[in-house]
Amino acid sequence: MADYPTSKELIDNVNYKLPKKGWMDTPTTIRKGMYCYAGNPKSLETVGFPNARQWNPLDEDWKLPENWQEIIHNGFKERLENFRSFKIFMDICVRCGACADKCHFYIGTGDPKNMPVLRAELLRSVYRNDFTTAGKILGKLAGARKLTLDVLKEWWYYLFQCTECRRCSVFCPYGIDTAEITMMGRELLNLLGLNIDWIATPVSNCYKTGNHLGIQPHAFKDMLDFFVEDIEELTGINVAPNYNKKGADILFITPSGDVFADPGTYTCMGYLMLFHYLKEKYGLDVTWSTYASEGGNFGSFTSHEMMKRLNSKMYAEAKRLGVKWIIGGECGHMWRVIHQYMGTMNGPADFLEEPVSPITGTKFENAKSTKMVHIAEFTADLIKHGKLDLDKSRNDHIKLTYHDSCNPSRGMGLLDEPRYVIQNVCNHFYEMPPNTIREQTFCCGSGAGLNAGENMEQRLAGGLPRANAVKYVHDKFGVNMLGCVCAIDRAALPPLMDYWVPGVGVIGLHELVANALIFPGENKRTTDLRGEPLLGMEDEADE
Amino acid sequence: MNVNYLVSLVVVVALSFVPYFGIDAGLKMLFGIVIPYLAFAVFFVGVINRIVSWSRSPVPFRIPTTCGQQKSLPWFKQAKIDNPSTTVGVIARMALEIFLFRSLFRNTKMQLHKSENGPKITFQWELWLWLAALVFHYSFFVVLTRHLRFFAEPVPFFVQLLEKIDGIFQVGVPGVLISGFMLLLAATYLLVRRVIIPQVKYVSLVADYFPLFLIMGIAFTGIYMRYFEKVDIVGVKALTMGIITLSPQIPAGISTIFYVHLFLVSLLVAYIPFSKLMHMGGIFMSPTRNMANNNRATRHINPWNYPVKVHSYAEYEDDFREKMIEAGLPVEKE
Ligand code: SF4
Ligand code: SF4
Repeated sequence: MADYPTSKELIDNVNYKLPKKGWMDTPTTIRKGMYCYAGNPKSLETVGFPNARQWNPLDEDWKLPENWQEIIHNGFKERLENFRSFKIFMDICVRCGACADKCHFYIGTGDPKNMPVLRAELLRSVYRNDFTTAGKILGKLAGARKLTLDVLKEWWYYLFQCTECRRCSVFCPYGIDTAEITMMGRELLNLLGLNIDWIATPVSNCYKTGNHLGIQPHAFKDMLDFFVEDIEELTGINVAPNYNKKGADILFITPSGDVFADPGTYTCMGYLMLFHYLKEKYGLDVTWSTYASEGGNFGSFTSHEMMKRLNSKMYAEAKRLGVKWIIGGECGHMWRVIHQYMGTMNGPADFLEEPVSPITGTKFENAKSTKMVHIAEFTADLIKHGKLDLDKSRNDHIKLTYHDSCNPSRGMGLLDEPRYVIQNVCNHFYEMPPNTIREQTFCCGSGAGLNAGENMEQRLAGGLPRANAVKYVHDKFGVNMLGCVCAIDRAALPPLMDYWVPGVGVIGLHELVANALIFPGENKRTTDLRGEPLLGMEDEADE
Repeated sequence: MNVNYLVSLVVVVALSFVPYFGIDAGLKMLFGIVIPYLAFAVFFVGVINRIVSWSRSPVPFRIPTTCGQQKSLPWFKQAKIDNPSTTVGVIARMALEIFLFRSLFRNTKMQLHKSENGPKITFQWELWLWLAALVFHYSFFVVLTRHLRFFAEPVPFFVQLLEKIDGIFQVGVPGVLISGFMLLLAATYLLVRRVIIPQVKYVSLVADYFPLFLIMGIAFTGIYMRYFEKVDIVGVKALTMGIITLSPQIPAGISTIFYVHLFLVSLLVAYIPFSKLMHMGGIFMSPTRNMANNNRATRHINPWNYPVKVHSYAEYEDDFREKMIEAGLPVEKE
């Protein structure tokens, strides 16, 4: 028996009733299934995070440093002085409530403190108490409250029930971005060593070994080589990738999730196949790196500083290898970091060239400073110029819908590129309802470091709106596959689908591309990358 | 029990009575001159202070919330306004936001339907908040502009024009100016909404009800003066012109209701810099809205970017050299 409620029980528990008492007087209880385990002290130590220690969120005593209130107060002040966003967002919310029912966690749990406005008020109330005159004089009447241990615990609980998806920000008349507030809040919590292990340990692994599972260089190579064998079996073609190759044209970085976890692995095979195709046909030389073997940036779930420390590897490696520019794989928050932070943090990348596709001659004007191109942009360009030989019908066994990942949608605007690719590799494509896609897309419920195992109930509740929209197209059009361009999605959506919409699988964009890609001299394909028979090939595939 | 709105109501009503007693006690100078001057001083100093304090904090990262297709390859149609990549686009986005409340226009209402076949979530376009907010702000603006007639001699042509439009429904004498009633109506809607939508009520603070009651009080006294009490307009104008020309005087014969109106206005004006009403300044400075989404094309500079400790390739190779060599991975140092 699974450790979480059935879907019926879960839904029965969701009502949007509010407590009689005001939210400040309603104590928060940290509930099993809705929180992640505390960060392992060893992981915190690796990267030098303060106050590393063994602690348990359920314990009364969180083993905080003596002067924890002072630490938070000073940290708060520093961030107000360093981030205009934070300062303005603390001041101008009018509590109009437009954001309230936009958060997937609120929709899926009915917990009022998951309304973005209230999540932000958890911090704002302390801000008023510490930094505004009215708050200091009028206290609670002015919506202010002191930072007590209970308040701190409440912060921790609800800041780790926000996936920093920014959906709320789309609807706010002032663009107040609760994700930004969550980022600040998590930075503050990190000052006290209050992290969760599903973030802290990947951070430490990324720092030390280059990727979040701590796969060492030789093992990383082994895993890719394993895919090489699989591909050879399927197509008869040996795609032999380059590792850490100096003087390659392009460095390719993707989330390491694609390297080890199904169904991301098939997307990874897709990349390998595409790059091999381009090498054979057009002489494009792409290299993988074991040092920069993580596209995702778990640091961004802890602090801006840690984000920068982990992100630095991309440019450092590109420089060391002397590549021309970088292509990034399918990932959500990785692209938020690359698109909105990397150039500022670790640029200027003047040792790289402005990206031009050597195959089509297209200049990627939009990436001319950061010099990193999204693989969906890259592939869309290849397709547009007729550089890929594609057989769409090889995806005919798939009825696809497409999930826009939060970060590329609301922190970048990558919406039509993946759709263009899909239209060219897939015959059956159905969009989910308009309020649930593009910039209004719903989070998978597991972003920002929340795709652990112990908080499954939280993830399934948070993923409800996404799953519900999939269910709509599943019932209406018989959709059986959910496409995405994010490694966390590929890890988080399969259990979500099994729970709410059984019968829908999850697939990465480049797995679809690779299914359709016709290699010169390849074996006749009877199955897709997963070994599932192609439509009309059921008999042959069995042989 | 959420007492926030009761507290606000009681406070505003109580405050309205202050001038009554004050005027009786012969404090016309105080309510007609001193307090308005003070209030405006507080307003100007306070607002400037707040804006300066916001601008002192830098914008280290370019973090626009993108609401449409980015500018990428030429054949993808960019959402030039919702995902701007140029200053012109940003200005358009801001203009839509400021004049038409673009984001609020997107508002939806979510509903969860439980049934035998599992839950079903629906989203409905929700225009009322947007509409009420728009009416509220625009009628406020018109009312405010109309009041310029008290501060300029001769009355500027645009004020006269505005009044003409405002009085389009020719009813009674003096002609009914629709804006004041719209303001009161919209404010009432916003208030009622705050009290009856449970979620909104749950998050509302005194600071949300207080300005609403205050504005309603102002609108109410204004309307009362114009249509019922019919205060001595000539006297009022003498007072306001005195204020504006820095030669204050208290003409006789202005009834107390005017002082109540003026007092509430003074309170509101002085209250602005310390409250959420600063959103009117903040909206211009919100980094998620006022920045172009061109991060990969143009580098944004963080003024406090500082060097951080990293795990260099050299250290990494030192950690794993043996294993790398064994696996046939190239290394820098054999
Ligand atoms: S939509 Fe914006 S202003 Fe309205 S309650 Fe939410 S954060 Fe506050
Ligand atoms: S950023 Fe996403 S998860 Fe966080 S409060 Fe907003 S809608 Fe909810």
